[in-house]
Amino acid sequence: MSVLNWSGVLSPHVARLAPGEPAGDLVLDVRDLRMRYGRNDVLSGVSFTARRGEVLALLGPNGAGKTTTIEILEGFRMRSSGQVSVLGTDPAHGGEAWRARIGVVLQSWRDHGKWQVRELLAHLGSYYAPYAAPGLPRPWDVDELIATVGLDEQARQRVRRLSGGQRRRLDVAIGIVGRPELLFLDEPTAGFDPEARREFHDLVHRLADREEATIMLTTHDLDEAEKLADRILILAGGRIVADGSADELSRRMSTQAEVRWSRDGQRFVHSADEPTRFVRELFRQYGESVEDLEVRRASLEDTYMALVRQAETGAGLGGDEVTRTFTVVAG
Amino acid sequence: MNAGWVAIRAGGRRGWIELRHTFTTPSDLVTLVVWTAILLTVMLWMRTTTVPGTHFSLGTAMLASMIGMTVAFNGLATLGGILTVEREDGTLLRAKATPNGMTGYLIGKVITVSGTIAIGVAATLITGAFLFSGLAVGSAATWLTLIPVLLIGLLATLPIGAVLGSLFPSARSAGLLTLAIGGLAAISGIFYPITHLPHWLQWIGQAFPMYWLGLGTRSALLPANLASVEIGHSWRHLATFGVLTAWAVAGLLVAPLLLRWVARRESGSSVAARREKVLRQVAG
Repeated sequence: MSVLNWSGVLSPHVARLAPGEPAGDLVLDVRDLRMRYGRNDVLSGVSFTARRGEVLALLGPNGAGKTTTIEILEGFRMRSSGQVSVLGTDPAHGGEAWRARIGVVLQSWRDHGKWQVRELLAHLGSYYAPYAAPGLPRPWDVDELIATVGLDEQARQRVRRLSGGQRRRLDVAIGIVGRPELLFLDEPTAGFDPEARREFHDLVHRLADREEATIMLTTHDLDEAEKLADRILILAGGRIVADGSADELSRRMSTQAEVRWSRDGQRFVHSADEPTRFVRELFRQYGESVEDLEVRRASLEDTYMALVRQAETGAGLGGDEVTRTFTVVAG
Repeated sequence: MNAGWVAIRAGGRRGWIELRHTFTTPSDLVTLVVWTAILLTVMLWMRTTTVPGTHFSLGTAMLASMIGMTVAFNGLATLGGILTVEREDGTLLRAKATPNGMTGYLIGKVITVSGTIAIGVAATLITGAFLFSGLAVGSAATWLTLIPVLLIGLLATLPIGAVLGSLFPSARSAGLLTLAIGGLAAISGIFYPITHLPHWLQWIGQAFPMYWLGLGTRSALLPANLASVEIGHSWRHLATFGVLTAWAVAGLLVAPLLLRWVARRESGSSVAARREKVLRQVAG
C-alpha cells in the first residue's frame, strides 16, 4: 500500500532528487524556464526533470506554452531565461552529435511528398550512421523500422499518397530512425483511428522499455496520457501545476469519490468524502440487498479540469500556491 | 567515418534522387517540356527574321541567348522558389532536425537545380542544332567558352537564388520573384539586341547576371561578326567573367549568413503558423 503526502507550498522548482540519487541519470533537467514575447509571459518559471526510460506527458490547455516548452528543449527556439539541460547539454548550444541523439515528431509535416517511404527513411537514416556507438547501432534498419510502424505495404509508395494516419506513422518512423535516446512527440495520435492509436501506444511502450528511450509527448487525449505516461505534467498559466503519475494526480485532487449501487431494482449515486466508511455503513444497513456496487475515484479528466481551473483563477494568488509537489511514501 | 563527409555524400544522393523525381513526376516533366516547346516555337517563328544590321537569323541568336537565360532563370527563380516552398512545408525544418541535415539539404538542392539546368541546356542545344542553322556546336572553341560560362553562371546565380529564397516570406510572394526575373529577361538582351534599348535600361540590364550569361552563351555559339550588335561591338569576355565572378563572390558571402539566419528561425510553430496563414488566404 502506498500513502500519499503532499505539501502545499513550494520551492521554485519541482525538480525532485532524492539524496544519493545520481544526477547523471537525468535526461531532462529544466529549472525556472521563462519565455517572454514582448510583454507577454508565456512561460513563467517551468521546472521539471525526466530520467532515462521515462515517458512524460505534457498536458495543458491551448496556449499554455506546451509547444514553446518542447521547442526550447528541441533546440529550435531560444529561451528568455532559466537553466535547461537536455541529455547533459544546453539545447541552445547543442551540436550535431547532440542532435543525433534526439528524435523529433512535430504536429504537421507535409515535406518530401515526391519521395517514396523507404527511400526517404533510408536517406534520413544515413545521416545518423557516424553517430553509432557500441551497443547502439544507428540508424535503425530500414525494413525493420517500416515493419515496426506497419508501413510494409506502403514502402514503395510516394509520401504524398499516404493517408493521414499512414503519414503520421511515417513521421514517427522518421523521428526514431536514428534510434534517439530522447524522443519528442507533439500530439502524435491526432487523426488516428482507434486501432492505429492502439498500435501506436504499443510502439511507444516498446521504445521506452526495449530501447530505454526517454519520451516526452504532448497530447489533448487524457486517456492516452494515462495509458502511456509514467508521469504527467500539467502546464497551465505558464507553469507546471502538477507533476506525478495519473494515479497520484487523481488521488491528490479527489477528496470525494462516487459510489453507485442498486437496491430492489433502483439505482443510487452518492458522492462520499470517505467512500470506505460509506460503503461499510451501506452494507451494515442493507446487507445483501445491495447490488452492482461501484466506487470510482475522480478520473484524470476531472483532476485535469480542476487543476487547470484552479491555475487559471488562482493566477493572482502568486505562483507558489498553485504549484505543489508531493511524494509517494511506500508504507 | 567523418560525419561531415557522410552528410556531403548524403547530399549528393539527395540531389540525384530529387533529380530523378523531377523526371518521373508527370506534372514536373510536362512543365519542363511545355516551357521548352513554347520557347522553341517562338524561336522557330523568328527563324527567317534577321538580327538587325546582319543577315543572321534572329531565331538562332535567341536560342544562343536562351541557354544563358536558362541558367540565370533556374539559378535565381527555381532555387529561390524551392527554398520558400520547402520552408513552408517543413522540409527545411526536417533538415534542421537531422544531424548535419542542412549541409546535405543544400548540397542536394544545388545538385538538383544544376542537374535540371544541365538537362534543360542539353535539350535546347540538341533540338536547336537540328532545327537551326548557324549554331557553332561542332567546334572545340565553342565548348571551351560555353562550359566555363555555364559554370561561373551557376556560381553567380545559385547563391543569389538562395538569398532571394530566404528573403521572400511565403511561396506566394515568391511568385513575384518569377515575374521580376521574367521582366529582367526582357531588358537583358535575351530576345533582342540590348543596343536597341534606351541607355538607362541598358545600364540596369548590365547590372544583373542574366545579361552577362546571355552575352557569354551568344559569344560561344554565334559567329564572331555578330559581336557587332553588342555593346561596344565586342563579346567583352573579360567583363563577363568579372561581373559574374563579382556576383558569385557577393552571393557566396551573403547566402550562408542568410541561410543560417533562416534555419535558426525555423520551428514547428513557425511552419504551422505559415500553413495556417496560407489556408486563411485560400479560404478568405
